[in-house]
Amino acid sequence: MDAIRMNNITKTFGTTVALAGVDLRIRVGEVHCLLGENGAGKSTLMNILYGLYRADSGDIAINEVPVEINSPKMAQSLHIGMVHQHFMLVESMTVLQNIILGNEEGTFAIDYKKCRERIEVLEHLYHFDFDLDAKVSELSVGEMQRVEIFKAVYRGADIIILDEPTAVLTPQEVSVLFRILDDMRNQGKTIVFITHKLQETMRLSDRVTVLRNGRFVQTVETKDMDPETLATMMVGHAVELVTHKGACCPGDPVLEIRGLKIFSTSENTINLTVRAGEIYGIAGVDGNGQQELERFIVGTERPKIGEVWLNGSDISACTVAKRKKLGLGVIPSDRHRNAILPGMSIVDNFLLGLQRNSRFSSMGLVRHKALEAYAESMITAYAIKVSSEHQHISELSGGNQQKLVFSREVGLDPVLLVAAQPVRGLDIGAIDYIHNQLLELRDRGQAILLISTELSEIMEMSDRIGVLYKGGLIVERDADDFTVEELGLYMAGGKGA
Amino acid sequence: MKPKGTFNLFARRKDWESLWYSLLAIVFSFLLVALIMLAMGYNPINAYAALFRGSFGSVYAISLTLCRSVPLIFVGLAVGFALKGGMFNIGGEGQLYMGGFTSAVTALILPQGMPVFISLPLAILAGMVAGMVWGGAIGLIKAKLQINEVIVAIMLNYIAQLLTSFFVNKYFMAKGSMTPQTEILPAGMQLPNIVANSQLTTSLYIALFMGVVYWFVFRHTVFGYEVNALGNNPSAAGTGGVHTVRTTVLVMAFSGALASMAGIFEVFGTYGRFIDGFSPGIGFTGIAIAFIGQGKPLGIILAAILFGSLQAGAMQMSLMEGVSAHIDKVIQGLVIVFIATPNFIRYLLNRKTR
Repeated sequence: MDAIRMNNITKTFGTTVALAGVDLRIRVGEVHCLLGENGAGKSTLMNILYGLYRADSGDIAINEVPVEINSPKMAQSLHIGMVHQHFMLVESMTVLQNIILGNEEGTFAIDYKKCRERIEVLEHLYHFDFDLDAKVSELSVGEMQRVEIFKAVYRGADIIILDEPTAVLTPQEVSVLFRILDDMRNQGKTIVFITHKLQETMRLSDRVTVLRNGRFVQTVETKDMDPETLATMMVGHAVELVTHKGACCPGDPVLEIRGLKIFSTSENTINLTVRAGEIYGIAGVDGNGQQELERFIVGTERPKIGEVWLNGSDISACTVAKRKKLGLGVIPSDRHRNAILPGMSIVDNFLLGLQRNSRFSSMGLVRHKALEAYAESMITAYAIKVSSEHQHISELSGGNQQKLVFSREVGLDPVLLVAAQPVRGLDIGAIDYIHNQLLELRDRGQAILLISTELSEIMEMSDRIGVLYKGGLIVERDADDFTVEELGLYMAGGKGA
Repeated sequence: MKPKGTFNLFARRKDWESLWYSLLAIVFSFLLVALIMLAMGYNPINAYAALFRGSFGSVYAISLTLCRSVPLIFVGLAVGFALKGGMFNIGGEGQLYMGGFTSAVTALILPQGMPVFISLPLAILAGMVAGMVWGGAIGLIKAKLQINEVIVAIMLNYIAQLLTSFFVNKYFMAKGSMTPQTEILPAGMQLPNIVANSQLTTSLYIALFMGVVYWFVFRHTVFGYEVNALGNNPSAAGTGGVHTVRTTVLVMAFSGALASMAGIFEVFGTYGRFIDGFSPGIGFTGIAIAFIGQGKPLGIILAAILFGSLQAGAMQMSLMEGVSAHIDKVIQGLVIVFIATPNFIRYLLNRKTR
């Protein structure tokens, strides 16, 4: 029997077609991966199923019964639950309160005892183990996610949709999650798992449906597949999944961070040196000080304790403008917030950070001709898809925006490039491109600090790796001396490593 | 830093689209007021004809319109400048009082023998510095203490108005005058009329010149680019090396200087003296003008002339057709409402095309 049947679903946003006649069939009691790149329409399709969006056309049947789903409430009454990328939890309330929120027992007052009993029965059944009285704000990200999943179960969901659930987890937490999902499948639940990662698709799912550019590609049995075939289906053409990395020949120290404290409460400090011609990777679970470290190096925030040195001089007290002048290039982790001017043209966006560079301005006036020539040469060199360089940057795709930022920051040969989450939200082609460009820069002798929460990216790209945990650098080694498991353990705090 | 307090009303839409919205807002307002006049028993066609005669019907009418437009151009540019940098300068009223008063007093206390080509620019400059301080203070408080600029500006408006009133009444009152105003400025300090027997003076040229300066700053200067970047995405501007605190202060200071010129040239042009409480809310009207003009200098100048013509023609309309002269305020108000609700206009348009 099919738990979910979606036929010929079409959805447009303005002039963009998000989904064009997509079919989806999911059997009862299977783990089904919905695989596709960013913008393929996976989340849109599931948001339609969960009643957050309405399809322009097409029909849905749940357990072979045709339905119209207008709201999440309705989806819940059809026993569908969804765990979003951003958790919908009230941090100041306890786990118990969060689980029962909206489904409280009791007529006037909440009957906590009854709720607790119901929860404990379910906990036992699905092998969850919560401290029900802990505040959500005290939980780790993995625990919060488990609360979200359990919340769906508590509400009676038989079909559980998870939207890119592993993006925020350490490898160890991922395996806990997979164990839970396996468990739930064995108890008869149906799991829809949205992802763009091939390895976890292979590991977890019974079947896979691949979407590309809002279109249905194929539904296949996972056991008949290998990662290369899946990647080809996902991208539309053959892709090489290996990055070619040559030997590293580091030169003089470029960036030195000495005794830096990220949080005033951190126990550990950060001491690191990035040399010319090497990629230094900062691994760590999101929220352990990556953004603060980025800001301290860029200069939008000044460290209270510790120093930042660039090419042998202390820049801790320098303005951002001064650091740029000294040769700092930055690809910020939050592109929309920190790297682009959404209401301005592509040319204007190329000027950002270079507006005081004598090549593009003199006597306080912008040299439009030089700027436009530069923008054009970068657009050509980095194959940025634009219709005109006077277009608004917001009209470009995320990948092309990122290419623009990348070309702008490396175009004038910085002495140090800080690349924070440089491929977040990009499709495979763009990721591959950016990664190879980074390696090329390294081979040309540039120092690169790579900050990423993607373990595979860190492993693949870095020459040396340091792990950031609770604002401190708790371990540093050559990349080859780490195994994935070890790194994962350090990312979780280093216990037992 | 959190990107708050950014006003992007005219940052995202395409140019022609913005222009179209402004025009439609004006047309809708006139149509709606025509309906009101009909309901009240007036003939709107006759009324609008009288309004037009009063604002553009003769050389005198045109000069009256332009005379009313000059301060509106200055404040419109002032608000537009601040909005480009992501700030809302509602303090134009205070800045123009400070500017007008400071320049008037400077003109009066400078030695009489001083050549006018020195004393006049000196007096004007003094007023602009006062406006810069009054505006820059708002920027400084916002940038350093993260206090919303709107609240600070409104407070400073009261302080400026009451402070100047106090000084005029207490120390600078013209002898024998019944109203609180300063002595008339020395004849050489008053700007010459463009049209004889009208209040329109050469301040019009200065206003238009400031429009050109405004255009140049945003089109060609690094500073203009940084202001634009700050208004567009303060966080990215900061990461791109824009000194956000300094730029915030400078934006408000220049905005304050522009607003102060509205007061200064009312003093040196229209009135020839500083009069207590002379502004009928010019600084606030500047907000509407900046929005109708979509932050573009030519748009601001045209919007200022439109509002100037409404003020100039309203009297004629009231005399000839008996329609209350306050109807111009209704039109102004409706234009603002329509401009502030682009979605409403979009809705009306879509209905028509459906």
